[in-house]
Amino acid sequence: MSLSVRNLSMFALMALLFVTVGFVQSWDVSLALLNMCIISAIMALGVNIQWGYAGLFNVGTMGFAALGGLAAMLVSVPPVAGAWQAGGVGIFGGLVAALLTVAAGVAIWRRTARLGRRRYWLTGLVVLVGYIIMRAIIDPAVEAIEAVDVTTAGFLGGLGLPIVFSWLVGGIFAAGAAWVVGKISLGLRSDYLAIATLGISEIIIYFLKFEEWLTRGVKNVTGLPRPVPYEIELKQSPAFQSWASGFDTNIETVASLTVKLCYAGLFSVVLLVVLYLSEVALRSPWGRMMRAIRDNETAAAAMGKNVTSRHLQVFILGSAVVGIAGAMLTTLDGQFNPPTYQPLRFTFLIWVMVIIGGSGNNWGAVLGGFIIWFFWIEAEPIGLWLMGALTSGMAPDHWLRLHLIESAAHMRLLTMGLVLLLVLRFAPRGLIPEIKR
Amino acid sequence: MSDVLNALVILANFVVVPGLAYGSQLALGALGVTLVYAVLRFSNFAHGETMAIGTMFVILATWGLQSAGIGFGPLPTALLALPVGIFAAIILCLVTDRLVYRYYRRQKASGVIYLIVSVGVMFVYNGLIRFVIGPRDQIFTDGQRFIIKAREFKKMTGLNEGLAIKTTQAVTVVTAVVTVAAVFWFLNRTRTGKSMRAFSDNEDLALLSGINPDRVVMIAWIMTAALATIAGTLYGLDKSFKPFVYLQLLLPIFAAAIVGGVGNPIGAIAGGFVIAFSELFVTFAYKRVVTYLVPDSMAPDTLVQFLSTDYKFAVSFVILVIVLLVKPTGIFSGKSL
Repeated sequence: MSLSVRNLSMFALMALLFVTVGFVQSWDVSLALLNMCIISAIMALGVNIQWGYAGLFNVGTMGFAALGGLAAMLVSVPPVAGAWQAGGVGIFGGLVAALLTVAAGVAIWRRTARLGRRRYWLTGLVVLVGYIIMRAIIDPAVEAIEAVDVTTAGFLGGLGLPIVFSWLVGGIFAAGAAWVVGKISLGLRSDYLAIATLGISEIIIYFLKFEEWLTRGVKNVTGLPRPVPYEIELKQSPAFQSWASGFDTNIETVASLTVKLCYAGLFSVVLLVVLYLSEVALRSPWGRMMRAIRDNETAAAAMGKNVTSRHLQVFILGSAVVGIAGAMLTTLDGQFNPPTYQPLRFTFLIWVMVIIGGSGNNWGAVLGGFIIWFFWIEAEPIGLWLMGALTSGMAPDHWLRLHLIESAAHMRLLTMGLVLLLVLRFAPRGLIPEIKR
Repeated sequence: MSDVLNALVILANFVVVPGLAYGSQLALGALGVTLVYAVLRFSNFAHGETMAIGTMFVILATWGLQSAGIGFGPLPTALLALPVGIFAAIILCLVTDRLVYRYYRRQKASGVIYLIVSVGVMFVYNGLIRFVIGPRDQIFTDGQRFIIKAREFKKMTGLNEGLAIKTTQAVTVVTAVVTVAAVFWFLNRTRTGKSMRAFSDNEDLALLSGINPDRVVMIAWIMTAALATIAGTLYGLDKSFKPFVYLQLLLPIFAAAIVGGVGNPIGAIAGGFVIAFSELFVTFAYKRVVTYLVPDSMAPDTLVQFLSTDYKFAVSFVILVIVLLVKPTGIFSGKSL
């Protein structure tokens, strides 16, 4: 594809960085970094689809990634039979009531245009009554479910299917949420989408934290099944033992590296598929239309393009990619832990990746994902080393020295912000600029 | 009769008084957002962090005053430190504008670019805050804690339920009223304020009449920094200072600004109170109120709560969604500054 010598050399440099970490720290660290970099690159591709192709500013990446994580948990964990017996019917009934309420609200809103102001009150009343009925059905069920085996379960569990399947489901979850947000806020002023996505992502996190019947909330779900073999199984298999004896390190290291390589293989497949599809889409008539809309909405609308519905489409697609990456992340972690979703880490960092990589260019997004995640993680050892070196002349218990070393961990926020501002100002097209076609 | 009074006192204690304080804080925050929008024409995502960093300056000054043995009697010392904090925040905002935003203004960049730039500024401020004061909780309230204690109120009125008013709540409301009055006086009565309104109404016409855009922008930043510091300090006094909370406050503040109509100062204040009171009304457990009002046999055995307090931020989002669906221009539309 369209990779010049300059761009190829940047990717080569990135590979060199991984090799350096492999030699300086350890290959285990290097591969762990690589896996996270691949996931970050996929998230950055998702944001690039929204921002680079269509100019939509989504500040809710965190929420969509968390929905992907939820999918991974719900698909892979075995169902908790006791909880289903205790409250399955109630939960189902409550969901039906909620759907009926929404349907009734929409129907009444549509049919009562002639009522004028009373229309608001009537719709509001219907929704309120429906909400109260739903709570009446769902509350006892929730209480019953959360009482089942509090220490180990207390939630409905999942479907017990292979976790790889959840990557698709995560995409669908995120797409659904994106549809709702997009329907509401697209077509209005551009910053309303930003504010609405900021809001929905916060609410998704709160929902995941506090709806314990579904997610166990802050009690976390750990030990999600893996798509790759466990280290301990590898060590016990004779075939692996004889293969590992060919290397001159101990078998633990080989097993751990093998597992990480398996993940890297799986993730690379997804990355390549998403990248290929994005590139094809970008070069297709659809991609040209999107760029036309991005660069001049009025002209595109005058040519008969439905700007709002194209925006909705691209917003859903991008969010789905983020959802897939979110599910992969939870798969890699092996646990679903709602409080770990932080906006700075999951929303704004991804933005930095896209801007620095080069918005509108998929290769740029991938490169940005790799570079930014790499330095996000490596900033801490580098920062600590730097602070240590800077303050080495001071007394070891000097307050400034202690303060500086303690705050070295926070330096990366500052660095990321500065990098973002500097790139926006001096190289707004990023490392691999968009190709003007 | 006393049952009704008791029920009203509960509502006053848990909804009206905290709502007035929280609403004032949101209103001041939204006023800052609206001001930036009206003059610089973008939604400032760094506003939450501006509030936090202003509060940080105030806390540092408060510590300085406290260690010098200076207090403010029954009132929190932070009020004395406020001017110092405001001054520091103004310097910071002006430096930020000079180094960051001015370039994009000259470029006539689109609103969405400003948005991303403000996200970058947010990152930097957030890093600065963590670097200087750390991510931990800071409680910097001192002075007298309560104006009316629940026990004293009960003794005074002979009712079963108490009404407590914290000093910080009273300070919040009074400060907010003074600040808002000053802002409106400035916008409506002074020449500079009028030129700002003109600039926000019609930039080209304002430029033609000889209004200096750089001056207008500078004053807008000064006012925004002051408002953000005051709002952040009042919030920090009332609750406590946690750096990441201000990021979460961004949503209610934006919701308040949009509900009232972005760019409209009166709307921002109304929006702040709408958001604050809806949040409290929806997440309040009405059990004890209902118990007073209905006969004993009908007393509810649940909390009678629409939404658990965990979801208080969802309330501002829902209101935002309703406004976007029904009247995207907000309640007080069609007017700017």
